[in-house]
Amino acid sequence: MLGRLSWAAIPLNEPLPLLSGAVVGIVILAVLVVVTIKGWWPYLWREWLTSVDHKRIGVMYVVLGLVMLLRGFSDAIMMRTQQAIAIGSAQGYLPPEHYNQVFSAHGTIMIFFVAMPLVIGLMNFAVPLQLGVRDVAFPVLNSVSFWLTATGALLINLSLVIGNFARTGWMGYPPLSELAFSPDVGVDYYLWSLQISGIGTLLTGINFVTTILKLRAPGMIYFRMPVFCWTALAANLLIVAAFPILTATFVMLLLDRHLGMHFFTNDAGGNQMMYVNLFWAWGHPEVYILILPAFGVFSEVVATFSGKGLFSYRSMVWATLGICILSFMVWLHHFFTMGAGADVNAFFGIMSSIIAVPTGVKVFNWLFTMFRGRIVFRTPMLFAVGFIITFVIGGLTGVLLAVPPVDFVLHNSAFLVAHFHNVIIGGVVFGALAGINYWFPKAFGFTLDERLGHASFWCWLIGFYLAFMPLYALGLMGMTRRLQHIPDPSWQPLLLVAEAGAIVILCGILCQIAQLYVSIRTRERRLDLTGDPWNGRTLEWSTSSPPPAYNFAVLPRVETIDAFWHMKRTARAPVKPVYEAIEMPRNSPAGFITAFFATVMGFSLIWHIWWLAILNFLAAVIVVLIAGWSIEREEEISAAEVAQMEAGPVR
Amino acid sequence: MTIATTLDRTLTAVPTELARGRGGGGPASKRVVVAYGFWIFILSDMVMFSALFAAYAVLQGNTAGGPTGAELFDLRSVFIETMCLLLSSYTCGLGALSAERRQPGRFLIFAVLTFVLGAAFLFIEVSEFARMVQKGAGPSRSAFLSAFFTLVGTHGVHVAGGLIALIYLAAQVIAKGLRAAVLRRLLCWSLFWHALDIVWVGVFTLVYLMGDYH
Repeated sequence: MLGRLSWAAIPLNEPLPLLSGAVVGIVILAVLVVVTIKGWWPYLWREWLTSVDHKRIGVMYVVLGLVMLLRGFSDAIMMRTQQAIAIGSAQGYLPPEHYNQVFSAHGTIMIFFVAMPLVIGLMNFAVPLQLGVRDVAFPVLNSVSFWLTATGALLINLSLVIGNFARTGWMGYPPLSELAFSPDVGVDYYLWSLQISGIGTLLTGINFVTTILKLRAPGMIYFRMPVFCWTALAANLLIVAAFPILTATFVMLLLDRHLGMHFFTNDAGGNQMMYVNLFWAWGHPEVYILILPAFGVFSEVVATFSGKGLFSYRSMVWATLGICILSFMVWLHHFFTMGAGADVNAFFGIMSSIIAVPTGVKVFNWLFTMFRGRIVFRTPMLFAVGFIITFVIGGLTGVLLAVPPVDFVLHNSAFLVAHFHNVIIGGVVFGALAGINYWFPKAFGFTLDERLGHASFWCWLIGFYLAFMPLYALGLMGMTRRLQHIPDPSWQPLLLVAEAGAIVILCGILCQIAQLYVSIRTRERRLDLTGDPWNGRTLEWSTSSPPPAYNFAVLPRVETIDAFWHMKRTARAPVKPVYEAIEMPRNSPAGFITAFFATVMGFSLIWHIWWLAILNFLAAVIVVLIAGWSIEREEEISAAEVAQMEAGPVR
Repeated sequence: MTIATTLDRTLTAVPTELARGRGGGGPASKRVVVAYGFWIFILSDMVMFSALFAAYAVLQGNTAGGPTGAELFDLRSVFIETMCLLLSSYTCGLGALSAERRQPGRFLIFAVLTFVLGAAFLFIEVSEFARMVQKGAGPSRSAFLSAFFTLVGTHGVHVAGGLIALIYLAAQVIAKGLRAAVLRRLLCWSLFWHALDIVWVGVFTLVYLMGDYH
């Protein structure tokens, strides 16, 4: 009846996950109680849960990413603490069984449920505004995407208190992840939460490629698009071309586990290295799915806060597209040690070094944009400068790892851990935080506190260097990754420095929470009444903050790159516009309801409750069929209403 | 009248870089957007199939002492199966033309034909699978058979999903008539159906013809 699920699934003998689970449960319960008492449900349902407005969905993505950042970061600080104390005869406080789950969950959560939601959230919020249009190509699908991502996040957190999580690392390599060696639910939690959220991500990719290529304001030809839109286009093309590989790979592993097939097993002709190849054929493009939008954010931020147009816009675009294509030709550098032979390794080593060239072009473009600019060091610009320095270091250690003989020494060492945190924190996380500080006033109509913003930046920057520079050294000293116990006491001083770095990063996160709190409390003093708080260059700053549901009462006409800057410079006499009726997509509960059924379906698949899984799959299909039956999905805002909204107070 | 809207009016006549749908002239029409999005979806589906094809190519020889393709495949029935699917694409095309000409009666006739041919394809495929499982050559026998059943089966699941969608869309044609929204969905469906043909050409060649030859 209930498959593998029984009371034994709740780890009563492990106080740590139960305790954290209880705390999370109490927080969620408290939020629900407050929302119910205050009577906010109708508002939440109408304005957020069923919203198909790209701005609202973008905000929800970012909130999801930030909440999951807390989860992923608590995993990180637990691991740092364990490694700092479990040395010599001391065993630390995390048993291997638990430690393995912590590092697997940390990687999975940080990539799929922090970095992805943050960059997709920023793209959702900013891309249609920058393109000067009213929504994405498929607004209801966009809501479905978000809620499926949230489903994955929910499932992965359920594993904290019901059952356990994978102990295989975030890549889930077989044969360890096969039924023979991981018979319990851990790997199934990993696979199903990523399958379900992966469908959401794929739909996002389709949606944004179509939006950017087919929906743009009049006059916005390709080479007038803001660079963030270009990088979003490249990232979404990569999603469309790479995520199906991950889906297929996980399908194969699931078939191995559920139906006893032999894709990656040790016996009956299975091939484990095929999993590794397929996984990284997705995995390396995934790296660029994350970093390209961050490059886009920095391009906007650097140009805006230098008061100059981006240096060599065209080379920036070509570098983006070059990276987009090259990213599919380097996957083997993740496993030079497979033994593919010198010729194959040489090819992938050279390709991996070549991809640094377009990235270098970008770095010089940002530097030359700042050169002789009037630089204003607001929080987003600090993150941008911190990024340029940090990312160059991470990139150079990457080029080092791209040399196969070097990789044979450093493979799976702490050096590698330092390298990819260097580019992901210094690149993606700094990019997301810059983007959040940059677009926050546009989303909510008031700016974030600068003092606390600066403090959070310095904590993140210093904390990052303290936490990860020691790991480079430790890697060279021979320390491998994922150690639950440290055999060599001479590593302890550097591990303590790394621990201190993690605590400084924690201070950065606390500063950000304080920044949010203080800014909301003092929002009346920091209102953005112009809609253009940074003297911006692109179209999102030409509408009010926050923008109306329809973004632009009249679609802007684009004549140059940096369209809004041009409009301001030419200072056209404001003509009283004639408003026309605007068609906007209606709210739809389809996404939320589909995701509800998908959550129950995923949970039942993990626990082998087949009847419930089938029932919920059918229910989800029926929701899609019902949603697809309607003809009229738009409602009209009449010209008079538009005029009234535009004439009202700017907010 | 704003400059923007005045320009918008006049520009509809201007071809060149400002033509609609190429970006210059503002957002493309709904029909273009929907079909374009669906093309991108098909592209992603093709990538998924290529991963399955790659897995099949790697595992093809790993029979673990079990039966090989040459011992299992019955090319005669596979040929009939293939003809059913290719013909169903032809009737699907005729149906799409009748829909374009707003002839719901003719469309429904071709839809029924397409459905019957698609169902025949599925029937042959499922009975082939059943015959193989009976012989002890099921998907858990060897890596080769895992890859075979997954690749061919995934195509089969797509066909089955397409048939359900066809019933659903035929119901929409009956209930709502051939209006713009329904026509857009039919366009997507026929793109999907033709794409499955292309995948099958790959399956037929790489799995059956080359498998039988080995």
